[in-house]
Amino acid sequence: MTARIGVVTFPGSLDDRDTQRAIRVAGAEPVALWHKDKDLKQVDAVVLCGGFSYGDYLRAGAIARFSPVMDTLIDQAKTGLPVLGICNGFQILTEAHLLPGGMLGNDHLHFICRDQKLRVENADTAWTSDYTAGQEISIPLKNMDGRYVADRRTLDELEAEGRVAFRYVDVNPNGSLNDIAGVTNAAGNVVGLMPHPEHAVEPLIGTGRTDGLPFFTSILKKLVNA
Amino acid sequence: MSRTPLDTVEHATATPDVELPWAELGLKKDEYERVVEILGRRPTGAELAMYSVMWSEHCSYKSSKVHLRQFGEKAPESDALLVGIGENAGVVDVGQGYAVTFKVESHNHPSYVEPYQGAATGVGGIVRDIIAMGARPVAVVDPLRFGAADHPDTKRVLPGVVAGIGGYGNCLGLPNIGGEVVFDACYQGNPLVNAGAIGVMRHEDIHLAKASGAGNKVILYGARTGGDGIGGASILASETFDDAKPSKRPAVQVGDPFQEKLLIECTLEAFAEKLVVGIQDLGAAGLSCATSELASNGSGGMRVTLDDVPLRDSTLSPEEILMSESQERMCAVVEPGKVDRFLEICDKWDVIATVIGEVTDGDRLEIFWHGEKIVDVDPRTVAHDGPVYERPYARPDWQDALQADDAGKLPRPASGEELKDQVLKLVSSPNQASKQWITQQYDHFVQGNTVLAQPEDSGMIRIDEETGLGVAIATDGNGRYAKLDPYHGAQLALAEAYRNVATTGAKPLAVSDCLNFGSPEDPAVMWQFAEAVRGLADGCRQLGTPVTGGNVSLYNQTGEAAIHPTPVVAVLGVIDDVARRTPVAFQEEGQLLYLLGDTREEFGGSAWSQVIHDHLGGLPPQVDLEREKLLAEILISASRDGMIDSAHDLSDGGLVQAVVESALLGGKGARLIVPDGLDAFTFLFSESAGRAIVAVPRSEELRFTDMCGARGLPATRVGVVDGDTVEVQGEFALTLTELREAHENTIPSLLA
Repeated sequence: MTARIGVVTFPGSLDDRDTQRAIRVAGAEPVALWHKDKDLKQVDAVVLCGGFSYGDYLRAGAIARFSPVMDTLIDQAKTGLPVLGICNGFQILTEAHLLPGGMLGNDHLHFICRDQKLRVENADTAWTSDYTAGQEISIPLKNMDGRYVADRRTLDELEAEGRVAFRYVDVNPNGSLNDIAGVTNAAGNVVGLMPHPEHAVEPLIGTGRTDGLPFFTSILKKLVNA
Repeated sequence: MSRTPLDTVEHATATPDVELPWAELGLKKDEYERVVEILGRRPTGAELAMYSVMWSEHCSYKSSKVHLRQFGEKAPESDALLVGIGENAGVVDVGQGYAVTFKVESHNHPSYVEPYQGAATGVGGIVRDIIAMGARPVAVVDPLRFGAADHPDTKRVLPGVVAGIGGYGNCLGLPNIGGEVVFDACYQGNPLVNAGAIGVMRHEDIHLAKASGAGNKVILYGARTGGDGIGGASILASETFDDAKPSKRPAVQVGDPFQEKLLIECTLEAFAEKLVVGIQDLGAAGLSCATSELASNGSGGMRVTLDDVPLRDSTLSPEEILMSESQERMCAVVEPGKVDRFLEICDKWDVIATVIGEVTDGDRLEIFWHGEKIVDVDPRTVAHDGPVYERPYARPDWQDALQADDAGKLPRPASGEELKDQVLKLVSSPNQASKQWITQQYDHFVQGNTVLAQPEDSGMIRIDEETGLGVAIATDGNGRYAKLDPYHGAQLALAEAYRNVATTGAKPLAVSDCLNFGSPEDPAVMWQFAEAVRGLADGCRQLGTPVTGGNVSLYNQTGEAAIHPTPVVAVLGVIDDVARRTPVAFQEEGQLLYLLGDTREEFGGSAWSQVIHDHLGGLPPQVDLEREKLLAEILISASRDGMIDSAHDLSDGGLVQAVVESALLGGKGARLIVPDGLDAFTFLFSESAGRAIVAVPRSEELRFTDMCGARGLPATRVGVVDGDTVEVQGEFALTLTELREAHENTIPSLLA
């Protein structure tokens, strides 16, 4: 038996098919979910993928957060459904208050696409258990609004509770506070990050490394062994 | 509250003496008289609007047509060509049941007026051309040319253009995998913003722009029609800039990539359910173009109710609706029984779709407004029977003097120290410097199929996950070469793009082009154009790569000063298994560097002559297309059989530029030895065509040199991958740190 992992397509989602491929490469079964549909089709986990939902014309993720599919997803995430938000998906999760903080425009005001080095700070979440804490990985980063911000108290809490899941190494590519690239909720089932693990799952393609694959094998193992 | 009485067909017939503003719409007097002759009466305002945009230079190719015919007449035999010139984009068979469509277009004039939107809508337009063929777009490329890198206006134009390309393409989810950035003062008032796109489909999914089957419905879908871009094709793209005229800003369109992304998904879903008989995107000339082309390519006529077009601005006149170039719109012809399903799919994607007319069994295109007929024309006369000009052309009188000003006479570096100094100057010059600051604003990774992207020699995309089948694309052009000799300059652009595709291990299949020139009303420019087209057509025949389509951009000139003739050539190739691709970066120390091809003292139009001496004169490098074919075959075989681990084409900047790039990308240096019979300067800086440098693992050396020997390709061992310097033995050494600093700081320091 394998796990069924949903990938939501919002209008303007771009990495939905790539994310489905990454799930397949890891050995799980991808399930396409549609933003207008409240039904999560009984999937075992959900990925909110990258893109520019609704063009990001208001604030990244701000409209998608109110999609019918999100009503169900927010409820289930609160009771333990594993959810991974990548890039625009991370932005949607913060808009939905499933994760703290928010994203502003990059401090240099440009879109940036680069092979980004990260440190996995928390290897105990549903999506990171195949890494070891402190492990450095390189995966693609590509966004316009990637500057993670939160108020001081939230930052202190995140740091104290070990909820900064990923931190930029060598270069902070967008001015994120505390070099934060991704965070987790307290329960460890909801994780969001700006860089794109789904673009680093096959040798030859993209950066040519598979540093992103453990995201998908982590969740698969957790679900299959559960 | 009507402004003036509606100019119906009836009204036009009854009032033959009414003067129409044909000159303001960009028509010449004799062209207007032809319209009157075709119709047998004066046109209505709406008809005049249609003829004026469709007969513009941009849409009708009236000055270039007589020359472009050569692409068809001289086309080589090719099994690969599934759809040729004349459709939205050409289609090439790449095997395993897949077809690939690709095309390059210009959006030069709008990008100067309004860099962000001009460039953004350039991407949008070319992508709709790809969708209209039935294909899913899989990548974009952007060959760009700007004025001098340190000119203040370049700082206005370039960042806007780059942000526009990124802003639109990134939001569509299309990886940007290639292109060029070139600086030259000749492009100061006329930057060239060319945009290319590739799409993939199965053979059976090819769609064409034609409306057939009486009773079939014409559906306009996508964005509402607004007042933007009215007259874009006729006024902006088809005239030279002139300070005396009012601002042309309202003629530039505004893009909405989110709408386009929805358009892509909903169109592909409709294709997948086989709901579409014919399809056309609305680009230049908007509805005028879509209705007249669909109707004239089909079997019948068409009746359109203009009142049904969804508007952004309810005060638009029928003429304005017909001329609007609002973006993100498409027009589909659908059988009546499938209309409901088509509309349902559009609704699913929140795309507005409206039936605006139907195919008739007549042969007229009739357009109604408020129940009255305002257009009644034979659509062919609008879409295809525009004027054709045999513009006079003549070799300019300065051409001889330019060619006599031989770059070989320029002072050369006299010592190793001077060589080293000039190498640093070369690799840090704006044209030769790293363009990473620009390309990192584009998404290379989206869709998860990118195998190679800039700064590789060609961009490469996997199209089949099971078999590893992939396609490669390279775009090249060298306006300096073409200025010295447009015939051979065009062939050098073709040869370079062809070579770049082969260098990565892919087999070149077909060509698209974007021909950027000055005013066709200048006989010297027209001569450059005629020569370049002749050169390209002859070259394509010799290489066996047919031209599948392309674009001509004329009037790239400010006042008397035309840009360098700039034919930009895109070559598409196929690779059976992307795992066999060859990258530019040096992979392993100890690998042997072989220079393939012949190196001659060729410096005319070279990067060296520009950077060191600010000189343009003499003749461009010799062209030997048979040699290019042989080199390509060797590179492809070597890649397929694992005989080389990296390869780089030699072009502008010569061997030293290529070695520095391979070294910096791989983080490994090289020790070079000047081969017998060459001096160090020629070895490093010559731009002889038909060459590449490859890194051969020692275990493969014999097999590789045997193959080159047997096929008669000169292969000279010139060094080894080694250490953390680029050293030319007995001359100089530069550390990778020094080189990286020189190569990577230039563009950010000028533009960031």
